[in-house]
Amino acid sequence: MAAAPRLEGRGLACSRGMATLFRDVSFVLDAGEWLAIRGANGSGKTTLLRCVAGLTHVDAGSIARSGDFLYAGHLPAINDDLDAGENLRALLALRGIEPAADAVAGALDRVGLAKRRMLPARRLSAGQRRRIGLARLALDPAPIWILDEPLTALDADGEALFSGLLGAHVRGGGLALVATHHDLAPAPTRELRMPAPERLSRGGA
Amino acid sequence: MNFYFFASPATFFRLAGATAPLLFVAALLSGLAGLYLGLFVAPTDAQQGEVYRVIFIHVPAAWMSMFIYFVMACYGVMTLAFNTRLAAMMARALAPTGALFTFVALWTGAFWGRPTWGTYWVWDARLTSELVLFFLYLGFMALANAFEDPRRGDRASALLAIIGVVNLPIIYFSVQWWNTLHQGSSVSFKGSSMHVTMLWGMLLMAFSFWMYAAGAALVRCRTLILNRERRTRWVRALS
Amino acid sequence: MNVVAEPRAIDAPQGSFGAGFAWAFARDLMLARRHPGETVLVVSFYALVASLFPLGVGAEPQLLARIGPGIIWVCALLAAFLSLPSLFATDFADGMLEQMALSPQPMPSWIAGKIAAHWMASGLPLTVLSPLLGLQYGLDGATLGTLAMALALGTPILSLLGAACSALTLGARGGGMLLALLALPLFVPVLIFGAGAAEAAASGLSAAPHLSLLGAGLILAAMAVPFAIAAAIRIALD
Repeated sequence: MAAAPRLEGRGLACSRGMATLFRDVSFVLDAGEWLAIRGANGSGKTTLLRCVAGLTHVDAGSIARSGDFLYAGHLPAINDDLDAGENLRALLALRGIEPAADAVAGALDRVGLAKRRMLPARRLSAGQRRRIGLARLALDPAPIWILDEPLTALDADGEALFSGLLGAHVRGGGLALVATHHDLAPAPTRELRMPAPERLSRGGA
Repeated sequence: MNFYFFASPATFFRLAGATAPLLFVAALLSGLAGLYLGLFVAPTDAQQGEVYRVIFIHVPAAWMSMFIYFVMACYGVMTLAFNTRLAAMMARALAPTGALFTFVALWTGAFWGRPTWGTYWVWDARLTSELVLFFLYLGFMALANAFEDPRRGDRASALLAIIGVVNLPIIYFSVQWWNTLHQGSSVSFKGSSMHVTMLWGMLLMAFSFWMYAAGAALVRCRTLILNRERRTRWVRALS
Repeated sequence: MNVVAEPRAIDAPQGSFGAGFAWAFARDLMLARRHPGETVLVVSFYALVASLFPLGVGAEPQLLARIGPGIIWVCALLAAFLSLPSLFATDFADGMLEQMALSPQPMPSWIAGKIAAHWMASGLPLTVLSPLLGLQYGLDGATLGTLAMALALGTPILSLLGAACSALTLGARGGGMLLALLALPLFVPVLIFGAGAAEAAASGLSAAPHLSLLGAGLILAAMAVPFAIAAAIRIALD
C-alpha cells in the first residue's frame, strides 16, 4: 500500500537578485489538511510555491514530499489555438493520465463550459480559461495540490465550484497548499503568513 | 581551510586585491623579455623579412583567446554544479579580456596579411576560427547581461560557455578542413623551421598575456563583487 | 464527485521517453497544422533571399553554379533561424513550459518531440524546396540530390542547436538579434560540411565523407542537445 500523502518544508529560504524574499519558512501538511498562505504582494508567496513545486531552487532548507502533486501557478497553461477539451486532455496527458472521453465532457460540463467546448481557447474569457483549470483539478487524481491564487478571474460561481472541489479533495484524503487572500470554505487547517518584504534585508559576508 | 572559505566574495576580494599587482608586474617583466627576444634577438626571416615579428603578438594572443574561453567554460561548470556566485563573476570578468585577445589576434593577422599577401583579410583557418570565437565571446557577454536577474544571466551564460567550448573544436576542425579544401593562404610559418629564440619569445609573450589576463580578471571581478554585493555589511563597511 | 480516471498508485508516476516524445510531437504538429502561415513564411523567405543573390552578383551561369550550393545553404540557415523564436516562446508565455517541466515524462523526451515537430514544419519544407532553388542556379542532378541529402541531415542539427540557443534566451532582452549572435556561430560547421557536400558532388567527387560527418553530427546532437536544452529551460523557469 502506498504511503499516505505528506508535504513538509523546513527552514526554507530564497532570495531573488539582491533581496531576500523569505527566510526560515516551515510547514507540515498531512492527508486531509490544507494550508492557506497569506501575505502582501511581493512577500514571496509565488516563489515559495514554486520552490515547493521544484521549479525554483531554494537557498536553504529542505522539502519532503510523499505522493504525486500538481501545480497550478499564475499562468493558466492554456494554449490559444486548442479548444477546451484539447487543452484539458493535453494537461492530463502530460501527467500521464488518459481520461475516458465522457469524463472530459463531464468535467467540462461541471465547470460550465459545455457549450463552449469546441471553441479555440482564445475565444474564451479569462474566467472561462481558468475553469478549464478547475476541470483539470476534478480529473487529476494527484493527492497533493500546490495552487497559486486559484480564484484569479473566477466569478462567484467559479469560486463556489473551486470550494466544492477543494472540499472534496481534502475530505478524500488529499492535501493542498494554496496561496490566496480569499476566505475559502472549507476553512484551512492552518495559515502561513509571509512577512512583509521590507522587513528583510540581506546581511552577512 | 575548507573550500567554501575561498568561495566567499569577501575573502576573494581581499586576496584578489593583494594578488593583482603581482600579476601585473609579472606580466610586464615577462612581456618586456619576450618583446626583447622577439624584436631584437630572433633572426630575420628569409622570406618575410621583419614583418613576421608580428607573430610574437599574434600567436600568443590566439592561444590565450582559446585558453581563456576554456577557463570560462570551467567556471561555467562550477557555476552550474555548485551554484556559487563567484565562479560566475570570474567568468564574466574573463570574457572581455578574452574578447580583447581575440580582437588583437585578428588585427595582427591583418597587419601580417597586408605586406605578405597584399590583402588585409585572409580567410585562413586560424583567422576564421578566431573570428567565430570573437562572436562566441560577444554572445557570452550579451547573454550574461540580457536578464534583469543577474543570477539568471550567470547561469545562462555558464551553459552557453559549456556548449561553446564543446563546439569550439568542432568549429576549428571544420574551418581547418574547409581551408585545405579551398586552398586558402595560411598565416603561418612555412619553409623555415622555428628558431629556438622565436619559440622562447612566443612562450614568454604567452606567459605575459596569461599574467595580464589573470590580473585584469581579478581586478574586474573585484568591481563585479562590489556591485553585486553592495547591500551586504562588509561592502558597506568598506566605504 | 464525477468520474475520475483509472486509479493509480499515489507515488509519483513514472513517465516514459516514448510517451513524452509522442505527446509533444503530436501536439506541436497539430498546432503547426492550424497555423500553416508560419511554414509558408519560412519557405517564402527562403525562396526570396535565394532569388536576391543573382540580382546582387549577376546572372552569369558559371558563377551561379559555382556559388549555388553555398548560397542555398546560407538561405536555409537564415530561414531555419527565423522560425526558432516560436519554438518555446508560446509555451513559455502561457505557462505550459512549467507544466511540462513538472511532468513525469523526462524533459529531454518532450523537448525532442517539440524539435522534431518543429523540423517537420521548417527544415523539411526547406529540404524539399531546395532542388527547385538549385535549378534556378543551374545545378545538375547529382548536385541537387546531394544538396537535398545534406540539407535533410543538416537542418535537424540546425533545429537542435537553434533550439538550445532559443531556450537560453527565453525572456531575454535583445530578442532575435541575441539569438542570431548565439546561434549562427554554432551553425558554422553544419554550413561548411553541408555546402561542402554539394560542392564535392558538383566537382564529381564523392560527398560521402561530408554526409557521414553530418550524419554523425546529427546523431550526437540528437542525443546530447535535448539534455542541454532541459538545463537551459530549468534555468529559464527558476
